[in-house]
Amino acid sequence: MNKTVFFRRHFSLAAGCVFFAVMACVPALLDFAGAARGGIAQLDILNKIGIYAALALSLNIVLGQAGMFHMGHTAFFAVGAYATAILNTLYKWPVFATMPVAGLFAAAFAFLVAIPIIHLRGDYLLIVTIGIVEIVGIALKNNIFGLTGGANGIYGIARPELFGLVFSTPKLQYGLIWGFTALSAGLFYLLEHSRFGRALNYIRYDDLAASGCGINVARHKLAAFTLGAFWAGMAGTLFAANIRTIEPTSFNFYESVILFAIVILGGSGSIAGVLFGSFLLIGLQDVFRGFENARMLVFGAAMMLMMIFRPQGLLPPRRRHYDAHAFMGKFPSALTPLPQSGLPTSMLSSAVLEDSLAAEARSKTATGNAKFGASCPS
Amino acid sequence: MEELFQQLTNGLAVGAIYALIALGYTMVYGMLRLINFAHGDLFTLGAYLGLTLLAAFALEGKMNGLAVGGALIVMSMGLVALVGYLLERIAYRPLRNSNRLTAVVSALGASIFFSNAIMLAYGARSQVYPGGILPTTAIAFFGVEIPLMRILMFIGAIALMLALYWFIHRTRIGSAIRAVAIDQGAAKLMGINVNSVISLVFLIGPGLGAAGGVMVGLYYGEIRYDMGFSFGLKAFTAAILGGIGNIPGAMLGGLLLGVIEALGAAYISIAWKDAIAFTVLILILIFRPTGLLGERVADKL
Repeated sequence: MNKTVFFRRHFSLAAGCVFFAVMACVPALLDFAGAARGGIAQLDILNKIGIYAALALSLNIVLGQAGMFHMGHTAFFAVGAYATAILNTLYKWPVFATMPVAGLFAAAFAFLVAIPIIHLRGDYLLIVTIGIVEIVGIALKNNIFGLTGGANGIYGIARPELFGLVFSTPKLQYGLIWGFTALSAGLFYLLEHSRFGRALNYIRYDDLAASGCGINVARHKLAAFTLGAFWAGMAGTLFAANIRTIEPTSFNFYESVILFAIVILGGSGSIAGVLFGSFLLIGLQDVFRGFENARMLVFGAAMMLMMIFRPQGLLPPRRRHYDAHAFMGKFPSALTPLPQSGLPTSMLSSAVLEDSLAAEARSKTATGNAKFGASCPS
Repeated sequence: MEELFQQLTNGLAVGAIYALIALGYTMVYGMLRLINFAHGDLFTLGAYLGLTLLAAFALEGKMNGLAVGGALIVMSMGLVALVGYLLERIAYRPLRNSNRLTAVVSALGASIFFSNAIMLAYGARSQVYPGGILPTTAIAFFGVEIPLMRILMFIGAIALMLALYWFIHRTRIGSAIRAVAIDQGAAKLMGINVNSVISLVFLIGPGLGAAGGVMVGLYYGEIRYDMGFSFGLKAFTAAILGGIGNIPGAMLGGLLLGVIEALGAAYISIAWKDAIAFTVLILILIFRPTGLLGERVADKL
């Protein structure tokens, strides 16, 4: 593979590895810098950022990749957190055992909720998902099924324990949470570059063309929604185990807006942007704790200004790069015009296809789906 | 039976306010295809400005209660209409040609901005409207006592809506508004100044919302900085229920939603009162996304 292309293509991956390596050193750095009480205060903030980053990454596949205006993600986060809290306090399950179950509960709930609403257009979906958050909040407050503890919530959730190691100190919690966030970032990176991820991106660009190319739009959206909820449910387990007392106010509409804003302001569809957004919104919230009241005012104004001056977010997704040579033999129809037009092969070697959609569309044409392939935009 | 009648009239009075707010949503949506999230907070602003004006001019007790209420409503409407106009100029006009999510996020930002600005200016605790501005007597209908305030609210809201309906359907400017809602490009070619028509809609909508805000203050006697969220979402539900972009639809949807909510709270569960409106919203979007009167697609306003 051409060196430049190789570098461009794997830049995000490398940057991500460096970022998480740095994050792994943070507790040691805090010790080294002699932070007060082993840096407990800083670690607590970083833990909160980590949980929100994982959560925002799970929202990113719905909002950023599939382009569905989904503002109800805290509902699924809440389902996961409450599943863990109930299973742990009432049925004495260990926290780690509740994690997949919390994810499944959230996914099942999301799946059932999404079936009737998945076809709704942009802002109608937005309103309905806000309605879902509100209904879930009211249900939790009203002690639904007699399990959620009403407005007081549930307290006394055990610390997570694995092979006799109890994650009791902020430092251990930090390792657990950021380990999970790194895992989320890695998996969502793979997902973004998979066939499924490319299909979601195509749907966001143009759902009609996507369905013309044989992508089942409704099924892909439903899968993205359910998958995002599954991951949000698991993040809910971490949240419940980290703060150990959960109450309905942790999952209200404002939390949903902040989550939504992390993805949109950070850079919708970009993992780096979502991570950056989490640091910015959750971290700054803590820095400005003294101005509690004015904080949200500034936040609202920042949202308006960002949309006017930089709607793509602070770190928008990078263009995808493809090695043109790698496509040469495989998809003759895609690249034959280039040499015929007299371009020197040296230029061809560094030619970069703009993005995966083009490649996807062409691969369809090349594999004999000529009837629909012809109508696919490149 | 009396309980039912009381709930019905209460539902109609609250529903009339939902309808007033819903008109703002539906007009803006019909015009720009934008959910103006800040509309609920402009309604709250109206309620608070009403309170401030009442204190500033020391109106209480000077005139007849009805005149005080009317004066408050008119002044608050004027001020909030101005805020609505500025909102459109600053936050929405630069985004007129960008994609829809961008404008919606800007609207959300505006909503957060306004509700927190109100909180900073007036405090996070709820404020009390002085009681006794409007007569608290009740009138007997077929042996059932209906508070006069409820009737006044209902009549006031309906009068404003009829005035709007007349304005939209019987005046020259009204037909310009309808034309822009149907096709902006064609309207521009016909010599209509689209920008000023949109500005006008952003004057009318928030103005009506402010009237609703003052009425809520007079009716419940208590206002909070964050009440715009739930009132706004319910009014939006009302707009969708009636068919968004459709003015008679918003009126019908508001009244219907008010009655459904009042009856649901009385006969199902008061704790789930707020969930009823959202359930109605989700059901209507699933089963009849065009709303009750949504078929007349050409007549979007």
